Amino acid sequence: MIAIDGLDVTFHVKNREIRAVQGVSFEVAAGESFGIVGESGSGKSTVLKAIAGLVPSISRRLEVDGQEAAARRSRADRRKLQFVFQDPYASLHPRKTVDDILREPLEIHRESDIDARVGRALSDVGLLPIHRYRFPHQLSGGQRQRVAIARALILAPPILLLDEPTSALDVSVQAEILNLLKRLRASYSLTSILVSHDLAVVAHLCDRIAIMQFGKLIEIVTAEQLRDGDVGADYTRKLLAASRGFTRVA
Amino acid sequence: MSDTLLKVDDLNVTYPTRTGFTHAVRNASFTLGRERLGVVGESGSGKSTMGRALLGLLPRSARVTAKTLAYEGTDLLNLGERDWQHMRGRRMSMVMQDPKYSLNPVKTVGQQVSETCRLQLKSDGKDAKRRALAMLEAVQIRDPDLVYGFYPHQLSGGMGQRVMIAMMLVAEPDLLIADEPTSALDVTVQNEVLRILDDLVRERGMGLIMISHNLTMVSSFCDRVLIMYAGRIVEECRAADLHNARHPYTRALVAATPSLDARREELATVVRDPEWLK
Repeated sequence: MIAIDGLDVTFHVKNREIRAVQGVSFEVAAGESFGIVGESGSGKSTVLKAIAGLVPSISRRLEVDGQEAAARRSRADRRKLQFVFQDPYASLHPRKTVDDILREPLEIHRESDIDARVGRALSDVGLLPIHRYRFPHQLSGGQRQRVAIARALILAPPILLLDEPTSALDVSVQAEILNLLKRLRASYSLTSILVSHDLAVVAHLCDRIAIMQFGKLIEIVTAEQLRDGDVGADYTRKLLAASRGFTRVA
Repeated sequence: MSDTLLKVDDLNVTYPTRTGFTHAVRNASFTLGRERLGVVGESGSGKSTMGRALLGLLPRSARVTAKTLAYEGTDLLNLGERDWQHMRGRRMSMVMQDPKYSLNPVKTVGQQVSETCRLQLKSDGKDAKRRALAMLEAVQIRDPDLVYGFYPHQLSGGMGQRVMIAMMLVAEPDLLIADEPTSALDVTVQNEVLRILDDLVRERGMGLIMISHNLTMVSSFCDRVLIMYAGRIVEECRAADLHNARHPYTRALVAATPSLDARREELATVVRDPEWLK
């Protein structure tokens, strides 16, 4: 479904050149849920943005849904991938109602039957009809993230890209959103890539997981291997130990 | 009991609102010795409000009442602003959550850390600088001389957090309240910061209140944990026993946290019981 080979993303800031992503390669099969973990600045979100065409990138191959992705994406290309961002407070327009927010993608893609589809999208993510004409500030953080997920899924895309979808939420709300994502992924047979700094979240939601550090892909392991500590790189081991909590050095 | 640093009995914090009062902290009671006490709860559970109440840092509109609120025998309820100046800094201190908002953006790191020395330790300029540099080094800032002259916007989140910790620790407080001191940090950096705090508790016998929403971190780092829900302390337990907690809310929180150890198809969600508020 998604194939990347030798992906490079370089930013130019003043006179400096920042190589945010260096030679990253992986493939994601149809229906698979793939995870990327790493610490801040490891380039994990940039990989996701490069796949969506939100940042310019160079690669030997960047295939989405069996087609080489063009530097400039067409409307049909964009509809295949939808994005859910980290901060539900920042990713929803503060002066638009939930109805406006969900309508917009359908209008852009000249869909029909908009009214009914907005209603269905709301109930899909566990929101009630009373939420439809509310503004984002009238919703809780978890409800906002549900709106963002509904907006991403309303076009029924084959691919869902998730950038830290629960890191701004409390654990109890995180649990609800993670359960929702799992359920929707199955019912829409989605291919998804989840980016997170939280190993436990990624291991919960993904089948295979890439570990990134300083813009490079360190290794790819399965969720079972990650849980069992059956990993190849020292960095992954260090990350795993740190994620299990504080340990005193004797 | 000379080992009790802080005694809190029936602490209540209310804020006036348009429709009445918001009860942010309800009937909180606990004591703190020279140990690491964790306070966990979700947003709005009152954990930060409680931390601020202990240091007299709540806005004027907040009403704080308690049967006892004493620090080493000093009653904190009726302190004047001048008395608070003596309490804060050397005796008790607080590390705030977000270095972006809690450091002064127009003063250098050095100015801010050495200011504490001048005010709290009555150091002269030279001594203050020496102490500030030593403290920056102690919190594992790699090039203290360079960072001393940096402004907060030149720091990464992890460095900013460490600078704030240095600012508070340079006055050598007996009690430190840390409000989510590591939530903005990567896990590997988080453990470095915890190690610094751990050393201080062990070597200097400092008391530490660690406010956090991160159950994994608190259960592995602290000695004891208070669990707060809707302003109330619903349970107190040994940190190591957090996973065998009794209160349904605590159990629900533990079950809702994704774990690296156990594979779960579905995470348990928290079903709130109005009974917990009684």
